[in-house]
Amino acid sequence: MITIDGHKFRCRQSLWRYLKAEVLIVLAIALIIFAKDLLAQSGIRYIHQERSLYRNILVTEDSQRRCLRFTITSRSGQNQSCRYLDKPVELVFPYAKMTLSSLLVQSNPQRILIVGLGGGTLSDTYSQLFPEAEIVISEIDDAVVRVAQEYFGFQETDKISVDVGDARVFIKRAGLRGEKYDLVILDAFNGEYIPEHLMTVEFLEEVKRLLPDDGMVVANTFSTSRLYAAESNTYREVFGEIYNLRMSGTGNRVIIASIQPLPDTDLLESRAPAFRALLEPFGMDVTEYPRVMSKEVSWDTSERILTDQYSPANLLNN
Amino acid sequence: MNEKKITHSRFQITLVLVLAFLSGFIIMAIELLGGRILAPYFGSSIFVWGSIITVFMLSLSIGYLCGGKLSLLKPDLRLYGSFFVGAAILLLPLVFAGNEIMEAVFLRIEDPRYGSLVVSMLLFFLPTAIMGMIAPYSVRLLVISTDGSGHVAGKLYFISTLGSALGTLATSFYLVLWFEVNQILVTMCMALLCAGFVAIMTGIRNMQSQTIDLNDNAK
Repeated sequence: MITIDGHKFRCRQSLWRYLKAEVLIVLAIALIIFAKDLLAQSGIRYIHQERSLYRNILVTEDSQRRCLRFTITSRSGQNQSCRYLDKPVELVFPYAKMTLSSLLVQSNPQRILIVGLGGGTLSDTYSQLFPEAEIVISEIDDAVVRVAQEYFGFQETDKISVDVGDARVFIKRAGLRGEKYDLVILDAFNGEYIPEHLMTVEFLEEVKRLLPDDGMVVANTFSTSRLYAAESNTYREVFGEIYNLRMSGTGNRVIIASIQPLPDTDLLESRAPAFRALLEPFGMDVTEYPRVMSKEVSWDTSERILTDQYSPANLLNN
Repeated sequence: MNEKKITHSRFQITLVLVLAFLSGFIIMAIELLGGRILAPYFGSSIFVWGSIITVFMLSLSIGYLCGGKLSLLKPDLRLYGSFFVGAAILLLPLVFAGNEIMEAVFLRIEDPRYGSLVVSMLLFFLPTAIMGMIAPYSVRLLVISTDGSGHVAGKLYFISTLGSALGTLATSFYLVLWFEVNQILVTMCMALLCAGFVAIMTGIRNMQSQTIDLNDNAK
């Protein structure tokens, strides 16, 4: 005999009736969670799958390319990093090519900091272009480093090193140590969750501290939603004029900002032919790129600047 | 007091329930903002959340213990109100010296795990502990008989945890989109102060009316 609130229950059935609502709510929640996972399994060949501290890591492959992704859902544009199987040097994504086109602005980086490893594409590309350059990668998730090594041929060498940890902490400490990097690439913003503390004025000031007089920041970020405007305003607040690179067929845009005033696109166009042969193996014609670079302010300048006090990047991106 | 049956005024019951809700709301809102506050110095790695949650659980547990012990004394709304005032005051360093404190720890402790743990202790331990004292003391203020004590405690858990749920939701969905972190914190300090003053004033009024009762009885 069970007694609840003075009601007596002779058998389990009446107890079930008493708690029916609660049990149904719990079941409904469980169903929603599992249904999402079940829907995700459709038509992709996974060659590796693991759950790290920060995310799901998946390596997928089709007849042409191998990709790294951080979400199970098979929406397009969710790949973090892809390589063609037959021509591993060639860059797959427009954003990587746009990043590379920043060489027109600053052509000879010897110390490079890359935030966000992904499949190691950018690190490999820059080390092929500048074998003597020292490349440091800040990556929060050591599982990503392992997967990059195992499935994408990424290797640490005496020139390439990875610091596993939060980039904000790494950059703050590097600034205190007085370290300088000619080129800082911010490539940590294409996951499901945006690290909001890597988007603020204070963070960009810390990045700026790492740059020598001819230093440059290249950020792979968002081209849609209110975040596009907020972020553009934030970069302008810290660096003044910025180059904004947008191409059709990609949700990414690339920002180029530097300590020195940015050269005009005319100058970049005149520099481009000399870089054409160098960058051709990566699957791009660099002379087409000055065209997609713009200093024009094409966003809502009234959108609030992101600071450590106000940084709802993930909410703005909805 | 002697033979008279103990009752609580409707106002007092409502007040304690509202305040329990408020404290639940604010505790979780601050915990959530804690991640945001620490991120510029210690990142948003999983152990930063680990530090914050550890400190909140630890300080709440100690707060429960102290609040329970204090409730052995004669229940007093003035003491209850002073918990809220105390919490508001102890939150001020977070608002006005947070960056300086984090900077100092950041420079002294290299490992962001222990850095974030130490900073969480410095910034959150005292205000959260004092807010933890509110829960058991609320129970004492509302319990009339041992038979009904579980019922009262259940109701209080319900309302303060509901407050926590809404505090989490409101902060993460809307407040951070509309306001700066410090604006939210200062507003919460003021809410705590107001809550504290209302409780203290009610306590003083109760004392006065009790004195009158006693005088009446003496006649």
